[in-house]
Amino acid sequence: MHPAKSVIYFTTASGAGYGLMVWLAVMGALGYIPADRTFGLVAFGIAFFLIISGLISSTGHLGRPERAWRALSQWRSSWLSREGVLAILTFAPTGIYALTWVVLGKNTGLAGVIGLVGAVLSLTTIYATSMIYASLKAIPAWSNRWTSVGYLVLGLMTGSAIMLGLQSVFGVGHSGLIIKLTTVLLALGGFIKLCYWRSLGAGGARSTAESATGLGTNGRVHMVESPHGEDNYLLKEMGYKIARKHAQKLRRLALVLGFIIPMALVAAMAVIIPELSLALSLLALVSVIIGLAMERWLFFAEAKHVVMLFYGQSEV
Amino acid sequence: MTCLPQNASRVKLGLVIDLDICVGCHACAVNCKEWNTSGKLAPLTDIDPYGAKPDGVWFNRVHTFEAVDEAAGTSRTVHFPRSCLHCEDAPCVTVCPTGASYKRDDDGIVLINTDICIGCKLCSWACPYGAREYDEDEGVMKKCTLCVDKIYNENLPPESRVPACVSTCPTGARSFGDLGDPDSDVSKLVEARGGYALMPEQGTAPVNRYLPPRPKKVGDGMAPRMLEHHDDSADGAGLLARWVDKVLSV
Amino acid sequence: MSVNPFATVKEDVDLSPEVADEVKCTTCYMCACRCGIRVHLKDGKVRYIEGNPDHPVNQGVLCGKGSAGIMQQYSPAKLKKPLLRVGERGSGEFKEIEWDEALALATDWLGEVRMRDPSKLAFFTGRDQSQSFTGWWAKQYGTHNFAAHGGFCSVNMAAGGIYTLGGAFWEFGEPDWDLTKYFMLFGVAEDHDSNPIKIGLGKLKTRGEAKFVAVNPSRNGYNAIADEWIGIRPGTDGLFVFALIHELLRAEKIDFASLARYTNATWLIIENPGKSDDGLVLRDAKGNPLCYDVKKKRAVSALGADISPALAGSFTVSKKKVTPVFELLAKRYLSDEYSPDTVAGPTGVPASTIRRIAAELAKIAFEEEVVIEQEWTDSWGRKHDKMIGRPVSFHAMRGISAHSNGFHTCRAIHILQALLGSVDVPGGWRNKAPYPKPIPPGPRPSGEPIGPNMPLEGMPLGTPEGPEDLLVDDLGEPLRIDHAYSWEYPMSAHGMMHMVLHNAANADPYSVDVLFMYMANMAWNSSMNVPGTLEYFTAKNDDGEYKIPKIIYSDAFWSETVPYCDLILPDTTYLERWDCISMLDRPISSAHGAGDSIRQPVLQPEGDVRPFQDVLLDLGARLGLSGMTDNSGKPKYPGGYVDYMVNHERGEGIGPLAGWRGAKGDKHGRGEVNPNQIERYIENGCFWSMTLPKSQQYFKCANKDYLEYAASVGWIASSEPIIHHLYSEPVQKFRLAAQGHGKRQPPEKHRERIETYFDPLPIWYMPFEEAEIDRKKYPLHALSQRPMHMYHSWGSQNAWLRQITSANKLHIHVDTAASLGIEDGDWVWIESRHGRVKGEVKLITGVNPQTVWTWNAIGKRKGAWNLSEEAPEANKGFLLNHIISEVLAPGKDGQRYSNSDPVTGQAAWFDLRVNVTKCAVEEAGATEPMFERFPHSPGAAPAAEVSRYGADLKGKPTGKQAPLRDWVGNRHENAGNVAGLADGKGNALKDGDK
Ligand SMILES: Nc1nc2c(c(=O)[nH]1)N[C@H]1C(S)=C(S)[C@@H](COP(=O)(O)OP(=O)(O)OC[C@H]3O[C@@H](n4cnc5c(=O)[nH]c(N)nc54)[C@H](O)[C@@H]3O)O[C@H]1N2
Ligand SMILES: Nc1nc2c(c(=O)[nH]1)N[C@H]1C(S)=C(S)[C@@H](COP(=O)(O)OP(=O)(O)OC[C@H]3O[C@@H](n4cnc5c(=O)[nH]c(N)nc54)[C@H](O)[C@@H]3O)O[C@H]1N2
Ligand code: SF4
Ligand code: SF4
Ligand code: SF4
Ligand code: SF4
Ligand code: SF4
Ligand SMILES: [Mo]
Repeated sequence: MHPAKSVIYFTTASGAGYGLMVWLAVMGALGYIPADRTFGLVAFGIAFFLIISGLISSTGHLGRPERAWRALSQWRSSWLSREGVLAILTFAPTGIYALTWVVLGKNTGLAGVIGLVGAVLSLTTIYATSMIYASLKAIPAWSNRWTSVGYLVLGLMTGSAIMLGLQSVFGVGHSGLIIKLTTVLLALGGFIKLCYWRSLGAGGARSTAESATGLGTNGRVHMVESPHGEDNYLLKEMGYKIARKHAQKLRRLALVLGFIIPMALVAAMAVIIPELSLALSLLALVSVIIGLAMERWLFFAEAKHVVMLFYGQSEV
Repeated sequence: MTCLPQNASRVKLGLVIDLDICVGCHACAVNCKEWNTSGKLAPLTDIDPYGAKPDGVWFNRVHTFEAVDEAAGTSRTVHFPRSCLHCEDAPCVTVCPTGASYKRDDDGIVLINTDICIGCKLCSWACPYGAREYDEDEGVMKKCTLCVDKIYNENLPPESRVPACVSTCPTGARSFGDLGDPDSDVSKLVEARGGYALMPEQGTAPVNRYLPPRPKKVGDGMAPRMLEHHDDSADGAGLLARWVDKVLSV
Repeated sequence: MSVNPFATVKEDVDLSPEVADEVKCTTCYMCACRCGIRVHLKDGKVRYIEGNPDHPVNQGVLCGKGSAGIMQQYSPAKLKKPLLRVGERGSGEFKEIEWDEALALATDWLGEVRMRDPSKLAFFTGRDQSQSFTGWWAKQYGTHNFAAHGGFCSVNMAAGGIYTLGGAFWEFGEPDWDLTKYFMLFGVAEDHDSNPIKIGLGKLKTRGEAKFVAVNPSRNGYNAIADEWIGIRPGTDGLFVFALIHELLRAEKIDFASLARYTNATWLIIENPGKSDDGLVLRDAKGNPLCYDVKKKRAVSALGADISPALAGSFTVSKKKVTPVFELLAKRYLSDEYSPDTVAGPTGVPASTIRRIAAELAKIAFEEEVVIEQEWTDSWGRKHDKMIGRPVSFHAMRGISAHSNGFHTCRAIHILQALLGSVDVPGGWRNKAPYPKPIPPGPRPSGEPIGPNMPLEGMPLGTPEGPEDLLVDDLGEPLRIDHAYSWEYPMSAHGMMHMVLHNAANADPYSVDVLFMYMANMAWNSSMNVPGTLEYFTAKNDDGEYKIPKIIYSDAFWSETVPYCDLILPDTTYLERWDCISMLDRPISSAHGAGDSIRQPVLQPEGDVRPFQDVLLDLGARLGLSGMTDNSGKPKYPGGYVDYMVNHERGEGIGPLAGWRGAKGDKHGRGEVNPNQIERYIENGCFWSMTLPKSQQYFKCANKDYLEYAASVGWIASSEPIIHHLYSEPVQKFRLAAQGHGKRQPPEKHRERIETYFDPLPIWYMPFEEAEIDRKKYPLHALSQRPMHMYHSWGSQNAWLRQITSANKLHIHVDTAASLGIEDGDWVWIESRHGRVKGEVKLITGVNPQTVWTWNAIGKRKGAWNLSEEAPEANKGFLLNHIISEVLAPGKDGQRYSNSDPVTGQAAWFDLRVNVTKCAVEEAGATEPMFERFPHSPGAAPAAEVSRYGADLKGKPTGKQAPLRDWVGNRHENAGNVAGLADGKGNALKDGDK
């Protein structure tokens, strides 16, 4: 699939934003973080910025962005619609929670409950986003169980990495907990990604050029003449190809930058002099962001659409 | 409603394409473009029409495949038109966030309301058959309409009330009708020829059917493998002698 | 509009929008197939073009090209105004001039030449569909230097047919699609009869009981749906057919009765080696051919009835040793030289396959005959109570004819048909009116120059019967600029347009003063050796004058040729003019009956353009040509071509249009001029067709009623039976001349060649290029084929068609490529002895491994057709024409013959041999040679970046809805497959639907 920047940004940024939102709510509600106003202002600012800029970016992918509002109507069947509705719904509790935190300086009790509702909705929204992809049978690389798990865990993971950075900057909250949490999430994220990549290679093809054309009884099928001389929409959108070797290299890089290095850096925070932990946490965050951008780029670029079976691929 | 019709009528309009006689002439593809460029989803925009990368909206595209059976040492060439299959479980409909993509209750035709389409392209990702065509210029999705504005059109003479691709196909490889009615001509044709659906594993339940290319008739016992010679003398001397005596009355 | 974001908007689809303000019928000309179309017009623009269901040619269908008519009409490459060259030839620099000036200039040039020597005008008209008109114009002008494109197209097929069966394949005959049980297709990718062949193949395949065998090095298109594909090596079909004949003879699977009746198998041939009558037919005093009656034991007229003619043996009649044709034929093809085992090697077709095909042919022909219960009467007055047919049919086209041995191969295929008794019989191959014609049909070519300002005596093109009909001077040198009808290519019945530029630039045999061309892209895809041809266009004498001093050209588009001409007469498109598809040249008949058609203007011409036929009549009148001016010197057809179509008479009561003649419009075929004729055509959908009574639909060559009818309407001169020529006496006459007999003999230098190739019975020889080259150095055959969706060079200006194919690739067999180290997508040099071109590779399995092929005429020159400079056509597309030489290697005495068939002058496009090598990495990605770019046409608007054609033609809702109907592709044929399907082609209505 064509790795469109707007969609890569949308999925990573909103995932991170909702992830951050979740940790703010959970840690705030459970009293691990005091309702520090400046911290709150910045943290919620970042979370909302990521969520909103992600949503705006996603409309960059639309042919008619001015009609984007129409995307809310089909929540009964469409995950994209559900995602939109959920995103809007989520703004209510998270917004109130942010206000109570920043304005009233309260983040526990009733505020905490509202925050937790926001956290649940945030997770549901990430899930809905993931289901936009996971529900597409025509793209086997997406329509598998790892997609949603991946989106959820990576969202929470980036959220916690940001949280860690914020806590380091502001020196608020229980940094030991967030260090542990981030480390665990990074490990889990890396593990899930590995599983995901393994699943892409394994399991055999779901559709083949033979099943696409129904000509399998006559032998192995391959295209010899394309219906058109130049690339059409399908080829531009779904015919994206990256070399296997290139993909392998990028996967390794994504793994190292997105998970291993940050994990090492975060782990180092626990043992190394606290003065360095700020730098380490920010470095870890930067590394996560770069790694995740690559991961998400690969998520699109590596995904093969069954329509390519009509255009020369033999199996997807 | 982008949910699929619940109380759908049993009418399932669709196409039947005979791969045994399609010669790959592209007539169906071009005539489709010609009708539809002023039809319901007008225009079928062309980008860079006289330039380096001409690309436009087409509802029908004709591929050519080879099927090679290395073990048997055989291969064959098959021309393969591809357009919307008007699936019963059309994922392009259910994924659409706006309701622009829908399946008609009356006849099962899958259509797009381009007045409300936001061009999110999700339906094109959902369609396994590449049947959806994005109009870059208008920013909306388009696709085969099964010539909904032709098949019922009272302003046309009856013989023109068929999809453009069907009425134009020079070999008669394309048929059109109600595949929901087991007694319709097309259903009978499908039945008789073992018509099949593409990629059933995708769970889309296409309405359109393809008729498989028939087995080749290479020496299938239609005649002895060689003729009995009446004379095998060099240069047929004996035969010529026989023919000298042949009396023909004209 | 509701702005509730959660509401679902339901669309109310308009099921019955208005479609058109007006629907007009006319005839398609996106190719030469002549399909009937209905043009839906809205707001003065074309809304939709569909096939006319009532039309006999296409029965409602339309091909890909025909469906793209809209984009031809709105092509940015259309010429808009007469042009006069101002820069050098090829520079593309023109100034726009007014028609008055253009016509005055043309009249000047043409008038001056005519006053001196009319034959110094070379008038060549390419893809002309009005040859009976343009040829007649040339005759009135007085130049024999006239031809259309037939010589480089398929004259082998035409000549092979008309000299053998009195009719030919092309679109002049067709298999009996409804009844045939075995159909063999030789060397066809698309052909002129494009939609009829597709309709026919669809019927035949759907019926399911017939077998379809394709003989073709390539397996695409029609060949892909064949039941059996024989991937023969190019140029060897003659051997394959001889081997089939060999097998059939050996097994005596021959229709002897039909041979005796309808062919010259029984005619006695004089065997008198070295003498002037050797190989001629023994005739009586009246000129009747004789056969030997075995009962009467004497020679009798072979044309008589109640005879018992000998097929074999040797006889002495009037002291002459004579042998029946059949014996000569049998002796030749029974020879081991033509046994399946011998030909298997060169053809690449296994002997067992050849034997099996022969057996299948015999089985179908002799055991599965079809019988139509229909009385008919033969030419001898004998009544037959039924029509019995051998349901084997053939069709062949350029794969056979575009080789230098094509004439004989074409004849061989027809002879095989005759041996099987499947000519013009139920289930066989059938002639379309006005064919069959006498063999040869006559008239003879006309060409002895009469003098200044004089017309020719007859038409410039014709069919020679022997050396006396050649157009040569006293020294035996050619009289025509293209050397047609000379000793070099004696039976070049369609002329040799492909040699005109070469010869004119080399003043061989003389230089011309004006070259006048119409509808032929001679600076590109219709010439061999494009680089050389461009030099011929631009070659200058020492005095700086062009060797071809003046070139007038009529094109409708900014083709590659326009910039090389001096005066451009811009034509209209096919939707903007009158045209006439006449019984006098290439009508729309079918085997069931005759037909002709017209084009009517359905749109106003865009730009200041004029129909070429109108312009020709205008020029004719200005030049004062007889036939085009009346006694007072005024134009005879002031109304232009449509005036001519109605009012011109070629013979008594015979005009360009055969329908609704006579003052009351009640006469067909022959009758006085009907002033309302055109209205009747328009009322009838722009065509006329008639169906012959069933009793006249078969055995036309000897069907008394048919022949009498055909003679009465002027299709043939008399109702004599038309006897098929297995043995061609005209061919033998040329050979005798070469052997030193007769008044007219070839110059010494041509004798051996004529003696070799003028064999009265078909022979096979290695195609010339293959024989001349080092076959190890050029191991592969290189072919081109027509894509079904493109017409030669016309298609690439079409915004829709060029999206399908914008660049061609070289198709190579996977195994061959592997042995050459070539992979899919590689760029390669394709090198012949003449030059090299570069292109991209596509690997396939459906091709003869010794053959590579590409699509024809996709490659374009930069600047042409007003395409952008980056167009793939000009950067990746390539022409094989660049590496096909128009001449063969020099002979002993330096004589360079055209790269053509030695009998007919047919251009040998498919003799090309090449080697293919992977090009260097830095060479990949762009084709070569790439010729200098020329500018876009004068006044051309910048090409649109986006085309939204049709957006404003969407019809308004009318709120109606019609009931639904089923449509099964070929309903009639499906009826055999599926019980209960209604009859008729798909457009039949369900009961009660109307
Ligand atoms: N390599 C290779 N070369 C081949 C062949 C092959 O098989 N292989 N085939 C050969 C054969 S059989 C043929 S017939 C030739 C065909 O070659 P051409 O006869 O050159 O055919 P076209 O390319 O169709 O070009 C005809 C010209 O007519 C112009 N034209 C189109 N419509 C109109 C009109 O309405 N009015 C006027 N005045 N002009 C018009 C076009 O713009 C174009 O310039 O090519 C030959 N060349
Ligand atoms: N769509 C379309 N239709 C056209 C035209 C067009 O340009 N486009 N042009 C028109 C014109 S002018 C013409 S002349 C006709 C020509 O129509 P066709 O005769 O169909 O011409 P080609 O495309 O040259 O196809 C020649 C076929 O012969 C095969 N062949 C080559 N050499 C041999 C051989 O030695 N033996 C055998 N058995 N086969 C061989 C090639 O593989 C190819 O399939 O088409 C007409 N119709
Ligand atoms: S028009 Fe008919 S024969 Fe031609 S490509 Fe389409 S389906 Fe095949
Ligand atoms: S073929 Fe594709 S576009 Fe058509 S209904 Fe099925 S899923 Fe939708
Ligand atoms: S592109 Fe249009 S039709 Fe397709 S899913 Fe999006 S809104 Fe629906
Ligand atoms: S049914 Fe109509 S819209 Fe669909 S492919 Fe055929 S012509 Fe095109
Ligand atoms: S075959 Fe096609 S292009 Fe040729 S006349 Fe017929 S419809 Fe037109
Ligand atoms: Mo041709």
